[in-house]
Amino acid sequence: MVTPVYDTQQIHRLLEVVSDPEIPVLSVNDLGIIRDIQINGHQVEVVITPTYSGCPAMDMIAENIQSYLHSCGYNEVKVTTVLSPAWTTDWMTETGKRKLETYGIAPPNRITRDSDAPKRCPRCGSTDTRVISQFGSTACKALYQCNECMEPFDYFKCH
Amino acid sequence: MKNQSNSTVPFILYLADNNLILAQRNSEWCGHGPVLEQDIAITNITLDLIGQARMLYQLAADHINRQNGNQDATEDTLAYLRNEREFSNVLMVELPKGHWGFTVLRQYLFSEFQYLLYRQLSAHADEPLSAIAVKSLKEVTYHVQWSREWVLRLGDGTSESHQKMADAVQDIWMYTGELFQAAPFEDAAVLQSIHTEWKQRITETLEEATLTVPENVFMQQGGKQGIHTEHLGYMLAEMQYLQRMHPNATW
Repeated sequence: MVTPVYDTQQIHRLLEVVSDPEIPVLSVNDLGIIRDIQINGHQVEVVITPTYSGCPAMDMIAENIQSYLHSCGYNEVKVTTVLSPAWTTDWMTETGKRKLETYGIAPPNRITRDSDAPKRCPRCGSTDTRVISQFGSTACKALYQCNECMEPFDYFKCH
Repeated sequence: MKNQSNSTVPFILYLADNNLILAQRNSEWCGHGPVLEQDIAITNITLDLIGQARMLYQLAADHINRQNGNQDATEDTLAYLRNEREFSNVLMVELPKGHWGFTVLRQYLFSEFQYLLYRQLSAHADEPLSAIAVKSLKEVTYHVQWSREWVLRLGDGTSESHQKMADAVQDIWMYTGELFQAAPFEDAAVLQSIHTEWKQRITETLEEATLTVPENVFMQQGGKQGIHTEHLGYMLAEMQYLQRMHPNATW
């Protein structure tokens, strides 16, 4: 049995283990959806913000956070959702973006700086790519194809 | 909004109903889209619409529960346990899905409207409502882009696709006026300014798609007052069947 430490940074580190069920290489920290962690005695409240309104992964993420913290010995865990300010892909960490690319998904660009198109093919690195559909396997991704290696790939859209 | 306290709940429900009914209609394409990528695109748009509807219903439920001093209203009771006459969605969103051209045209006309409306609501005094609008605006931006491309592709496509789109424009146009006819829960001035911009954007797209914007068309209305086409009842019967048959069933 693990002894829980009631410290926000410690809980934040633990959450590194909880991943996005749709994109398992990304932790909830990488995604940037953890907005706040409140500790009140032995009560822990984790505040998250949804990525997309209808994202079916959100309910599961909330459940996973709760059950993982339970397994770490935190008995009273509440996960709440805030909408404002709205989540943006700019909150995704640089580590997260690197993990995405290694996983085969072109990471989102910075919203303010670049255009909303993948910088390069995550497989061969070519910059010669074309859009196939604005919606890929999930709402947050677009489907692209590399004109060089011909491989189709997902691009995590700016949001 | 003229009367904040009386118009807030009907207005939020109106927004939520539009989203839910269009989402339910679009979801009929799931597994039936013309190609896999577009099947996924329309169902992802549908998922966004349902997500937005959920947030709006939850917000409406909060208001209702505060007014009534209980916890009886939830997003589910509002979606599953209201009758046809209690839904205030515009008629346009309940029309049958038709062919693919009709579906993408409706999506485009509605998404442009939603885009302008959410942009306006982003600065709404009701903070949770403006938060939902800001969040949804990002999603709707993609819906506009996707559906606009389809309208161009089919309108300015083959002679057959062009003809089908031209017919679809004729069929749906009489349902567009209702979007801008202010109900008591809406702000007429805001709607009017949205209408001007909407018309401009639509005209631009349809002309680029070699389609004609109909003029002087008789406009249908009634949805905002709960007077619907015959199509809504059938849809609700299917959508609400489980909760009506097995009250409080969960999974």
